[in-house]
Amino acid sequence: MGYTLSEKLLARGAGRERVQAGDIIWTDIDKAMMDDVLGPRLEIDQCLKQMEAQVWDPERVVIISDHYTPPANSNQADIVKFTREWARDHGVRNYYEFAGPCHQVMVEKGHVMPGDVIVGTDSHTCTYGALASFSTGVGSTEMAGVLATGQTWMKVPQTILARWEGTLGPGVMAKDVSLKTIGTVGHGGATYKTLEYTGSTIASMHMDERFCLSNMAVEAGAKAGLIGYDDETARYLARFGVTRRFDHLRSDPDAVFARTLVFDAECLVPQVACPHEVDHVCDLADAGQIPIHQAYIGSCTGGRYTDLEMAARMLKGRQVAPGIRLLVSPASREIYNLCMKNGILETLADAGAVILASSCGACLGIHSGALASGEVCISTTNRNFIGRMGSKESRVYLASPASVAASAVAGRIMDPRELM
Amino acid sequence: MAQGKVWKYTDNINTDIISPPASLELPVQEAARYTMNAVDPDFAAQYRPGDIFVAQHNLGSGSSRENAPLMLKALGVRLIVAMDYARIFYRNCINVGILAVECEDTDKISKGDQIDVDYGNGVIRNLTTGEIYPCSRIPAHIEAIVAEGGLVPYIRRVKLGRYPQ
Repeated sequence: MGYTLSEKLLARGAGRERVQAGDIIWTDIDKAMMDDVLGPRLEIDQCLKQMEAQVWDPERVVIISDHYTPPANSNQADIVKFTREWARDHGVRNYYEFAGPCHQVMVEKGHVMPGDVIVGTDSHTCTYGALASFSTGVGSTEMAGVLATGQTWMKVPQTILARWEGTLGPGVMAKDVSLKTIGTVGHGGATYKTLEYTGSTIASMHMDERFCLSNMAVEAGAKAGLIGYDDETARYLARFGVTRRFDHLRSDPDAVFARTLVFDAECLVPQVACPHEVDHVCDLADAGQIPIHQAYIGSCTGGRYTDLEMAARMLKGRQVAPGIRLLVSPASREIYNLCMKNGILETLADAGAVILASSCGACLGIHSGALASGEVCISTTNRNFIGRMGSKESRVYLASPASVAASAVAGRIMDPRELM
Repeated sequence: MAQGKVWKYTDNINTDIISPPASLELPVQEAARYTMNAVDPDFAAQYRPGDIFVAQHNLGSGSSRENAPLMLKALGVRLIVAMDYARIFYRNCINVGILAVECEDTDKISKGDQIDVDYGNGVIRNLTTGEIYPCSRIPAHIEAIVAEGGLVPYIRRVKLGRYPQ
């Protein structure tokens, strides 16, 4: 009998020959990631003191101030300052600020390798599953335990396999694949489980798009969002000089899966998640004539290079509708600079977009573009919960960068294929 | 065992509802007054320690923010009951010392009911309606953490071999 990728990764983490779904294990942690909002300032510093413990291995810790950069007020500035000084005082050299949302920084700075077991103080830590690592979000107290011991306990999860076959049509993106999958599995349908993507559609996807899939696995409740190692993983890692192959880091064909869902990519049309649940998904064309006030392209879900490239393609020679604001936050400084050099930011700005710093701010309404009461936003981000992007009387629709760009031009939610 | 008055909510009470994003920059004690603000602005002002927080499916979905259980704890919440939980929230509750009990019949429990949660024996008695529902007991590996008083004392003693403070 074969093993799932989760079982292989956690067997390695636990230092055992094999583990199987349902086993309770203590696993070694290869990397511990903390952000500013839920990092050292929340419980962690205090808990370490209570345990009289030191950081087990500062080289395995990465700290990224991303939610409150740039700070909107002195509270946020104090949190960033505390985080920066804490990193310095605890010998954590891997500290970043103003670099962009933590998950993009983690993968583009080479902090994630196939086979790693990684925890982070942000629920979208599951993003790194696209690189065949087992990564998941933890709370602050749990992170304090990890910092003290280099370990945490986990229940080896069962796996739901989402198999996508075929080629996506024009104007259909990974975000649509993600929303369709989450709409099918349900908001809590993968709770305690791994959501693993496979099939020919995934095999031909750029790593940028795969990160979007893994990133949103937690929106179905999943503990991890995995994609097996393949040539695209190897291509992505080559930039860090990694030549070693990790071909064993794929689920075995005869592994036991809790459930296998099969989707036909050829039939997929642009999707939208309507307020106020991520699984409240329908074909975007069926959402109706919904006027918008704000369109947002950014975040660890939908602000990567290929996302901005698609938005620029949609917006070239067009204008954002009068009275509509299109905000764009590239998911990292690296993406920002690349898009600046090759004209993508210029195209977006010419169309009327406001280019923001690389930050988490607008995604959760804490700075750089919060919504007023009664306002409607279509966004490439990952959550549309009540009050998520500002007022509890605002409404958020989640869609792909192509759909958000098209909607910004139309001033209402619009299927991007109408502009192609 | 715990007995108290019920605050009742339905499905998908997520972490943005429990702990609104704008409150995260405040110290937890100050932020607590915004707990559940989007769906029940009365909760934070009127919750009394000993009252029991009851929800239905997928309680605590969304963010990994420990602010959610910490703000509930700051108001005095020590016990919550739901049909099922988002996993990070569940772990966070245990780690900060809130007992999270699972019960499939929380749709039969209403706001204001008096309930008696006997998590040792896996039984909830609704003293208002007279109904009895089965509920979860605590798994052994979690009981070990709770028995030490939460994750921090557990790690201090069991993992690091230090004497209790």
